[in-house]
Amino acid sequence: MSDSLLGLVIVLPLLGSAVSLGAGLIRNHAGWWVAAAILAVEAALTARLAYAIYVGGDRLVHILGGETFGRKEITVDGGTTNFTVGIELVGDALSGLVVVLIAAVALGVLAYSRHAGPRGNIFYAVYLIMTGGLMGVALTGDLFNLFVFLEIVGLATYALVSTGRGVESAVASLKYLVVGTTGASIYLIGVGYVFLETGALNMVDVSRSLAGEPPWFDGALYSEPLVVAGFGFIAVGLATKSAIFPLHTWQPDAYSEAPDAVTVYISALASTSSAYAFARITWMVFTPDFFAVNRRLLEAVLVLACVSVVVGSALAAMQRRVKRVFAYSSVAQFGLIFAAICIAVHPAAGERATQFAVYGTAVHLVGHAVIKSGLFAAAGSLASGEGARKLEEYAGLASRRPFVAGSMAVLGLSLVGVPPSVGFVGKWYIGVGAVNAELWAVVAVIFASTVLSLLYTAQLLEKLYFSSDIETHPMESVVADGGEALSYGMAGVGVTAAILAVSLGFLGADLASLLDPVWQAVAESAPEVTA
Amino acid sequence: MIEAYANRYTYVLVAALVAIGLYILIASQNLVKKIIGLSIFQTGIFLFFITAAFVEGGSSPVIDGEGLYASPLPQVIVLTAIVVGVALTAVALALIVRIYSEYGTLDEETLREVRADE
Repeated sequence: MSDSLLGLVIVLPLLGSAVSLGAGLIRNHAGWWVAAAILAVEAALTARLAYAIYVGGDRLVHILGGETFGRKEITVDGGTTNFTVGIELVGDALSGLVVVLIAAVALGVLAYSRHAGPRGNIFYAVYLIMTGGLMGVALTGDLFNLFVFLEIVGLATYALVSTGRGVESAVASLKYLVVGTTGASIYLIGVGYVFLETGALNMVDVSRSLAGEPPWFDGALYSEPLVVAGFGFIAVGLATKSAIFPLHTWQPDAYSEAPDAVTVYISALASTSSAYAFARITWMVFTPDFFAVNRRLLEAVLVLACVSVVVGSALAAMQRRVKRVFAYSSVAQFGLIFAAICIAVHPAAGERATQFAVYGTAVHLVGHAVIKSGLFAAAGSLASGEGARKLEEYAGLASRRPFVAGSMAVLGLSLVGVPPSVGFVGKWYIGVGAVNAELWAVVAVIFASTVLSLLYTAQLLEKLYFSSDIETHPMESVVADGGEALSYGMAGVGVTAAILAVSLGFLGADLASLLDPVWQAVAESAPEVTA
Repeated sequence: MIEAYANRYTYVLVAALVAIGLYILIASQNLVKKIIGLSIFQTGIFLFFITAAFVEGGSSPVIDGEGLYASPLPQVIVLTAIVVGVALTAVALALIVRIYSEYGTLDEETLREVRADE
C-alpha cells in the first residue's frame, strides 16, 4: 500500500521555502503570507493523515522512487526473504502524533513571529525548511534517511539561532553547530555499525535481521559487538541532539541567544524530534528482546537520564535569566522522557509497565512541547512588552500584564505537574510505568523531579505575583505602560498554550489511548506498529 | 592478531582519522581549526563506510552482467553525507566570519575574555 500523502507532507514545506524566497523578489512582505498559506495547507494534510491513522486504523507506507523500489525478494546463500529496497516513509500511531504536533506548533509560532520577528523572506524560507525536515524525521522509516533529516533540521536551526540581533547569537549558534554535528556524526557511526552487521537500513528490516529472521543469519544478532556498540553510538548521538546532561552544553546558549520566536519553535520541536527518533529506534528497531540480552546498556542510558533530571532542575533553579531557567528545565524534562523510553523496554517491565511508559513518553513529549513553547512565548512577550529578561525584573509584572503572567503561571504549574494539566498526566504515566516495572530508584527521581521543578517555578511565580515592583521599576513603568511592542498574536500564543495544557490534561487519557497499537507492538517486540 | 590488522589496515587509518579529528575539535583554540577538525572527523566516518563497501576482487559497481562488485549502497550514503558535510562547513564558516568581523579574533580564549568584558 503506497500513500503519497506522506511524501507530500515533507515536500510541501521544502518547496514552499523556495516559493517564499521567490515571492519575496516580487513583493517585499510576501514571505509571511506564503509561509502562512503553506503551513495552513500542511496542517490540513496532517489532519487528513492523522484521520487515516487513528480513525481509519491504517499503517501508511510510501516508498520513494516508484516501481524500481519497494519490497523485493532477496536470496543469499540459497535462503530467501523480503527486504525493502529504497527509502520508506511510515505513518503509524507513533509518528502521527508527532506530525500533528509539528504542524500545529509551526502555525502557532508563525502567528507569534508576525509581530515579534525576525522578519524577512529568508527567515520564512529557513523556517519552512526546518518544518519540512522535522516532518521528515517524524515520518522516515530508514536509519540513514533519519540522519539526513536530522541534519536538515540541524542546519536550519543553526541558521535560525544566528538570526538574533547581536553577534552573541552567532557564537551560540557555532557552539550548537559543533556539538550538534558531532552528535549527528556519532549517530551515523552507530548506523554504520548496525548496517555492517545486518546489511539493512530500513528500520523494519534491521529489526527483523537483529532478531535473526532472514535465513542466512545464525539466530539473533543481539549479542554481536557491532550491534551493541551501534546502539551505544546511536544513543549518545541522539542524546546529544536532545540535550541530555552532560551533552546539553549547546542548549542553554542556543535557547537564550536566539530571537524569541525562534526559541519558541526550537524549544518545542528540535529536541522533541530527536527524542522521538530515539524512542522509535529503541522500541521498534532494537526492541525489548535486545535489551533482555543487554540489560546493562539500557541501564546506563537510564542512569544518564535520571542524572539529567536532577542536575537539569538544579541548574535551572540557579539561573537568573528567565530564558536560561526554561532552557535548563528542558534538560530535566528530556531526561524524564528518556527515562520513560528506557522503562518501556526494560527487561523488568511487564506489559502494564510498558503500556504506561509508552503513554507517558508520548503524553510528556507533546505536553512538554506545548508547555515549553508557551512559556518561551510568554517570556518573549514580557521581554518585548516590558523589557524584562531577568528574574528580578519580573517583580510585580502580574498586575501590569495579567494575561501573559497568568498563562505563565498556569504553564509553570503544569510543568511542575499540578493536576489537571498535561504535565501532571505525563509524569503520572511515567511514574506508574516505573512503579509497575519496580524500578524504585527511577520512581524516586520522577517524584523528586516534581519538587525540583517547583524550585524554579516557585521563584518565578513569587517574583511575578508577590514581589512589589517599586524598587525595580521606579519611573519607567509609566512610560512602558503603553507596551506597543506586544501584539495580540504574541500574547495569544502564550494564552492558547496555557488553555491547551489544561485541556490536554483532561484529554490525557484519550490522547494516551491513541498509542495503544504502539505499546502492544513494543510489548511483543514487533518491528512495526500494526493498527 | 597481526594478520587481522595487516588485512584491515584501512580500519586503523579510519580510526586514526576519527580520533585526530575529535582531538583537534576539542583541543584547538582556533575556531577555524575546530571546523577543520570536524571535517576530518566526518571524513573518517565517510571512509569507514567506503571501506565497508570493499569486496575482495570486486570491481566498481557499474553492473555489467555477472561478477563480483563492491557494494554500491555505502557509496551512495557517503555521497549524501558529503553534501550534508559541505553545507555544514559552509554555515560554520559563515558564522565564523560574522564572529571575526565583530570581535576581530578567532581564538576561543580571547573571545571568552572579550565577551566577559562587555
